[in-house]
Amino acid sequence: MTFSPIVARVKQKRIAELISSGKRLDGRGLTDYREIKLEVGVIERAEGSARVRLGKTEVMVGTKIEVGQPFPDIPNEGVLTVNAELVPLASPTFEPGPPDENSIELARVVDRGIRESKAIEVEKLCIEPGKKVFIVFVDIYVLNYDGNLIDASAMAALAALLNTKMFNYEVEGGEIKVKPGYAPLPMRNYPIAVTFAKINDKLVVDPWLEEEQVMETRLTITMEKDGKICAIQKGGYGYFSLEQVLEAAKIAREKTEELRKLMVKG
Amino acid sequence: MPKRKTENKRLDRSQKKPEKLIDKNDVRIDGRKLDELRPVKIEVGVLGNADGSAYIEQGKNKILAAIYGPKEVHPRHLALPDRSLLRCRYHMAPFSVEERKSPAPSRREVELSKVIREALEPSVFVEYYPRTSVDIFIEVLQADGGTRCAGLTAASLALADAGIPMRDLVVACAAGKVEGRLVLDLTDVEDKGGEVDLPLALMPNLNGITLLQMDGDLTVDEFEKVVNLALDGCRRLYALQKETLKSKYVVKEAVEE
Amino acid sequence: MPLFYERRQLVTPGDLIAEGDYVAGENTYRDDDKIYASRVGLVDYEARKVHVVALKAFYIPSVGDTVIGKVVEVTNNGWIVDINAPYLARLGASDVMDRPFKPRIDDLPSIFDEGDLIIAKIVAYDRTRDPLLTVREPGLGKIMRGQLIEITPTKIPRVIGRDGSMISMIKRETACQITIGQNGLILISGKTPEDEGLAVMALRKIEEESHTSGLTDRVTEMIKKEKEGVEHA
Repeated sequence: MTFSPIVARVKQKRIAELISSGKRLDGRGLTDYREIKLEVGVIERAEGSARVRLGKTEVMVGTKIEVGQPFPDIPNEGVLTVNAELVPLASPTFEPGPPDENSIELARVVDRGIRESKAIEVEKLCIEPGKKVFIVFVDIYVLNYDGNLIDASAMAALAALLNTKMFNYEVEGGEIKVKPGYAPLPMRNYPIAVTFAKINDKLVVDPWLEEEQVMETRLTITMEKDGKICAIQKGGYGYFSLEQVLEAAKIAREKTEELRKLMVKG
Repeated sequence: MPKRKTENKRLDRSQKKPEKLIDKNDVRIDGRKLDELRPVKIEVGVLGNADGSAYIEQGKNKILAAIYGPKEVHPRHLALPDRSLLRCRYHMAPFSVEERKSPAPSRREVELSKVIREALEPSVFVEYYPRTSVDIFIEVLQADGGTRCAGLTAASLALADAGIPMRDLVVACAAGKVEGRLVLDLTDVEDKGGEVDLPLALMPNLNGITLLQMDGDLTVDEFEKVVNLALDGCRRLYALQKETLKSKYVVKEAVEE
Repeated sequence: MPLFYERRQLVTPGDLIAEGDYVAGENTYRDDDKIYASRVGLVDYEARKVHVVALKAFYIPSVGDTVIGKVVEVTNNGWIVDINAPYLARLGASDVMDRPFKPRIDDLPSIFDEGDLIIAKIVAYDRTRDPLLTVREPGLGKIMRGQLIEITPTKIPRVIGRDGSMISMIKRETACQITIGQNGLILISGKTPEDEGLAVMALRKIEEESHTSGLTDRVTEMIKKEKEGVEHA
C-alpha cells in the first residue's frame, strides 16, 4: 500500500528552504541528475528497445518499424510517430483511459527533439518514392513515475532508436523482399532533453516527484550533438524571467554533453 | 528542410511552394521587414452570452476568445476547495485551414489547450474564488501561423473584459528564423519553410514569461536574440491590448457642473 | 513616494499605480512596495488608500446585502437561487415557515417555484460554502409584478447616489417603486408601462455615464424632457 502521494506541507517547506540555500533534500547539487541506469535490447519482439531508470522513475521505450505511405508533401522520407502512455501501474495518480494532455505533451516534446534534430536519417527510409516508406513507431511506456518523465523518456527513446535494427530488403516488382541480415536504423544526431524546475526562484535540474509537486513551473531544453537547441517547452503554471531562461540554456549545454556520453556509448 | 505537421494528410494539397521566403533586401513575401508585425485588429466584448470576450485579427488569423465564469463547477467533483479551476479549450474550426480539419480535438489542440491554460493561469487571482471554474474558449476561425499566440493575446483581454481580477495582462508573439534571418511573427508558410519557430507569452508589467516553446535549430546566442525579438513583439502588442480596453470604456467628456 | 496615475485615469490589470507607503484598496493588489491594478477601471485615492473603480466586475456576495434572485431549483428542503454571482445561493424551507418544516405535508413549489423571482437578504457567506438567504424581513419575498433590469454591480452606488439622492429623485419623478439589489438587479414597478420605461431609461443613462460628474442633474433633466415630450405628443 503506497502512502498518499501528496507531499506533507512540512516537507514541502523543507524542500523549498533547502533549495534557497543551494541544497536538495536528496543531497544532490542543484544541477545534478539522479543516478541513471540504461539497458537496451530488453524486448526482443520490438525492432529496438531500451529501459531507463532515472532515480526511481522508470520508462521503457519500444520501436517498431512498419511500411506505409509517406506524407504527400515529403514523398521521399520515412515517417516518425511518437506516442506515450502513462500506464496506470506507474502511479496512483494515473488513470486508465485515452491519452490525456500530459501523455500527449510528453509524446510531442520527445517527438520534437528527435524530429527537429533530424536524428533519424529519414531520407534513407524511402522504399518507393511517393508510395512506400518505412514508418518508425516510438512508443513510450512509463513504468514508474517519480518525477521528470520528459528527460527519462527522451533518453529511453534515443537509446531505443540507437538500438533499432531493420531487416535488409530488396524491392522486386513493387514488393518488398526480405533478405538475410540486419542493419541499424540510420541515425545522425543525438538529442538530449534537460528539464529544470523553478523552486523559490532557483532552477534545479531533474526534479524528482516531490520537487515537482513543490515547483512553480518547469522548462525543458533539448539540445542536439553540436550544442544547438532544437526544442523548448515550458510547462506548469508559473513563469520565468528572461535571465532564468538564458541561464537554463547555458546549464543545458553542459548537462546535455554529460548525458550524451552515457547514451552514445551505452 | 521543410517542416511538417505530425497529423497524417492523405490528399496532396501542397500549393506550389514560393521560391524564396525572404528576398535579398530582407523583405518578406508579404512585404514586411524582418522585425515587423502583421497588421493587428482587436476588439473586446463582442459576444453577448459570454461573461467576457475578445476578437483578434492578426494578418490572416481570425480568432475569437470567450470566457464563462467564475461560476459553479460542472461536474461538481472537480471543484477545488481553495481556488478557481481554470479550463481552456483551444480549437480550430474545420474550415480554418487549407485542408479541412476534422472537428475532433487533435493531439496538437490538446497540447496547445494545456500550454495556453498554463500561460494564462499565473495572471489570474484564482485564490479569490474557491469552488468555481473559469472556462476559456479559443476558437480559430481562420489560421495562418501564430494562432496560439494570437489566441492567448485575445483570451487575456477576454478575461479582463469579464472583470476577472488579474495580476497582469498576458500578451504573446512568436519569433523565429527563416532562411537564416531572424524574423518576428511568422506566417504559416514561413513556419513550415523556415528553420525555427519560437512562440512566447509574457506578463509585461511583471516581466514573467508564461509560455515558451521552440522547435528548430538555434545556437545559444541565436536563441537569446530570437527570444528578445519575441519579447519586443509582445511589448508592441501589449500597447494595442491596452488601447483596446481603453477604447471600450472611453471616458465621455461630461458637462461639468 | 510616487503615484503614477491621476484620479479618474483609466488603468488596466498590471498597471503600476503607486509605489511606497500606500494601502491597496479595491481592485488593486500589493507586491512588495508596489501597488498594481487588478481590474480595468478608474483610479481613485483617499488619503493613503489607492483603489480602482472597476468598470466591469461581477457581484460577490456580502452578508447583509439585499439581492434579487431567481429560483432555479426546488430541493427537498428548500430552494437554490441564482443571484447573478459566481455562487448559487440557498434558501432553506425553515426560513419561510413559521413552524418546523414537514416534508410530507409542505409543498415547496407552491411557496416558491422554479422561475420565481424573489427579494432576499444574505445572512451567511464565507469561502467554504454557498451564500445563505433569508426572506424573513418585511419587504422580502416573492416578486409579483414589475420589470427587472440588470446593471453592472459596481454601478449600484451611483444609482443610489449620495444619501440616496439619485434614486429618490428617480422614484419621485417617475412615481415608480424601485427595489435595488446589491447584485446588480433592479426591480421597477410603476403605474403605467411608460412610467416604468422612463425609470429604465434613467437607470441605463446612469450605467453608461457613471464615471462622470453632474450626473444627477443631467438625469433629472432627461426625465423632465421626456415627460414634457410625451405630454406634447
